[in-house]
Amino acid sequence: MAEEILRIENLHVKVEDTPILHGLTLTVNRGEKHVIMGRNGAGKSTLASVIMGHPAYEITQGKVFFMGQPLDELDVFERARAGIFLSFQYPAVIPGVQVGTFLKKSVQSVRQEQLKARAFRKELNEAMNTLDMQKSVLARYVNDGFSGGEKKRLEILQMLLLKPNLALLDETDSGLDIDALRIVAKGINQIAPDAGCLIITHYQRLLDHVKPDFVHVMINGQLVMSGGPELALKLEDQGYDWLDTPEVEA
Amino acid sequence: MSDEAREAIGDYRFGFHDPENATIRFDKGLNEQVVRDISELKNEPEWMTEIRVKAYHHFMERKMPDWGNCGELNNIDFDNVTYFLRSSNATEGDWDDVPDDIKNTFDRLGIPEAEQKWLGGVTAQYESEAVYHSIREDLEEQGVLFLDMDSGLREHPEIVKQYFGSVVPHTDNKFSALNTAVWSGGSFIYVPKGVHVEMPVQAYFRINAKNMGQFERTLIIADEGSSIHYVEGCTAPTYSTDSLHSAVVELIAMKGAKIRYSTIQNWSANVYNLVTKRGVAHENATVEWVDGNIGSKLTMKYPSVLLKGEGAHAEVISVAYAGAGQHQDAGAKVHHLAPRTTSNILSKSISKNGGRSSYRGMLQVTPKAEGCRAKVVCDALMLDNQSRSDTYPTMEVGNSTADLEHEASVSKVSGDQLFYLMSRGFSEVEAMALIVNGFFEPFTRELPMEYAVELNKLLELEMEGSIG
Repeated sequence: MAEEILRIENLHVKVEDTPILHGLTLTVNRGEKHVIMGRNGAGKSTLASVIMGHPAYEITQGKVFFMGQPLDELDVFERARAGIFLSFQYPAVIPGVQVGTFLKKSVQSVRQEQLKARAFRKELNEAMNTLDMQKSVLARYVNDGFSGGEKKRLEILQMLLLKPNLALLDETDSGLDIDALRIVAKGINQIAPDAGCLIITHYQRLLDHVKPDFVHVMINGQLVMSGGPELALKLEDQGYDWLDTPEVEA
Repeated sequence: MSDEAREAIGDYRFGFHDPENATIRFDKGLNEQVVRDISELKNEPEWMTEIRVKAYHHFMERKMPDWGNCGELNNIDFDNVTYFLRSSNATEGDWDDVPDDIKNTFDRLGIPEAEQKWLGGVTAQYESEAVYHSIREDLEEQGVLFLDMDSGLREHPEIVKQYFGSVVPHTDNKFSALNTAVWSGGSFIYVPKGVHVEMPVQAYFRINAKNMGQFERTLIIADEGSSIHYVEGCTAPTYSTDSLHSAVVELIAMKGAKIRYSTIQNWSANVYNLVTKRGVAHENATVEWVDGNIGSKLTMKYPSVLLKGEGAHAEVISVAYAGAGQHQDAGAKVHHLAPRTTSNILSKSISKNGGRSSYRGMLQVTPKAEGCRAKVVCDALMLDNQSRSDTYPTMEVGNSTADLEHEASVSKVSGDQLFYLMSRGFSEVEAMALIVNGFFEPFTRELPMEYAVELNKLLELEMEGSIG
């Protein structure tokens, strides 16, 4: 029986005074990979940020439940500790904080336990090997001077270590070359069986490596159509113009 | 950012103290007789007594500085300061003999006994004199002299007489005059020619008596081709009345020698910390100051280096942390007096809760100092809108062959950084601590590891305090 990870009911969201999401409904179960596609400005990244709890976004209507619990009761870090992970499109630079230190502290914060140095090192080594990452990255500062591909790889590394129940991937595939794309896909596929995945992307090409269970099209802050992998192929081929633009209340 | 998170950064936590255990305590206030009594009590040679008395008169005549935070300086009530206090009669050489309440203090600061095993030696200044003093045998075998300053004067008067006041004369400023008049404790180190002290040697200082002045005097001489790293750490308990800390540190690096002097000071928010630190670097010598200023009511401190010999090098890395009601007026001074001398200054400051941090720097290149290179970088991080950060850089360049760089930046913690870290499981307070630790990292990485750990722990303890 399917275990519900994320349930979004008629979600309306605004940022400052601009409404962005207009009644979005979606359920993600454990083990399912959902892909959301859509043009720039459709509200895809907003959805990911809202689920993570970004303070700039205000929910004006509707509800989000994570494993049965209303999310509005949880602060950002409590959501992380409950098992929500967001792979950022533009991860922040934290000068002076070494990646190795950051990863260990982050995993400790999320798991709320002191890690044994040796056990953590082993875990870290395995994850880095999976993602074909150099050990030297551990001594660098978080995202400081990283290329786009390095940043995305570090995001996926964190995802492997944090083992989330819900993985939100916000354009993780953007700007990656084919090798990096394959590696990122490997990371997603590794956690996917045990998590609910919500993958936001512009491109079909990631889906050559990550096979989605559902593909949704977002236009004007609503999901206007859902289907299987074939929908992504059609969008790649024909664009979004054949879809009706939903009307939005003023 | 919430008030709670802001509150959490840098609130003073080490507010404990041990019962006062003083056996000799002078009345408050200063006059020539007090100065003579201090000298007599220590059985000092007459020349030292005379230096003290001369310095005392200079102190009385010298006007208060009219720059920096002079309003705050004028609040110092010199009549309400105890100028000498002795807590323990003997200078001890064995950790087992150190009184328990003193050990407790170190324990609560998290300084593990095991540290000593790999440290070159320890003098822990408690009140005005060293109570614990140990030199590892191999240091002794190398001929390194490492004593508290009082013992240094007693056992090696000829060296002290030659160098005492040679870098920081009592006429340098009002507070160097005061220190010279009433100094007590501090470290005396002499490293013989060609000797490299591999491990850092260290001393801890703290203030533990109400209204007690702390006037330690440190003199380090590294003879030709030698090297040493000296580490000094301070934490002070919180008291409601004002305390004055006015130290003098003199470093002499002879030809080809290298001295690094590292400090973390964490004074409670009522301490005036007015310290004169200066080093001389002779030909191809290096003097490095690694200087961390946390806490205090007002700190005015500008570690400086006189680059006297050709090819000498100066390095000054400092951090300052100003919280509510605190003013960190810190910086660096480098004087390029000889050709092809080089220097780097890196200054980082954090202000929060209305705290104020100022960078005050002086970079001088004299006309005959050709082909010099100097770089100054100042970064300020503000944690809120009530805090203040100023920069007062001065450059005096006497010739056109100097290669000078100056960079300054002021930044704030961004919402994006906080959201990113919180999405990784860090509470807002933890996220702030991480950002602050990261900002200080170029400083922290220069410290011996256990000091770096202590500094980071200090910040984390402060966080916990505010959440609790």
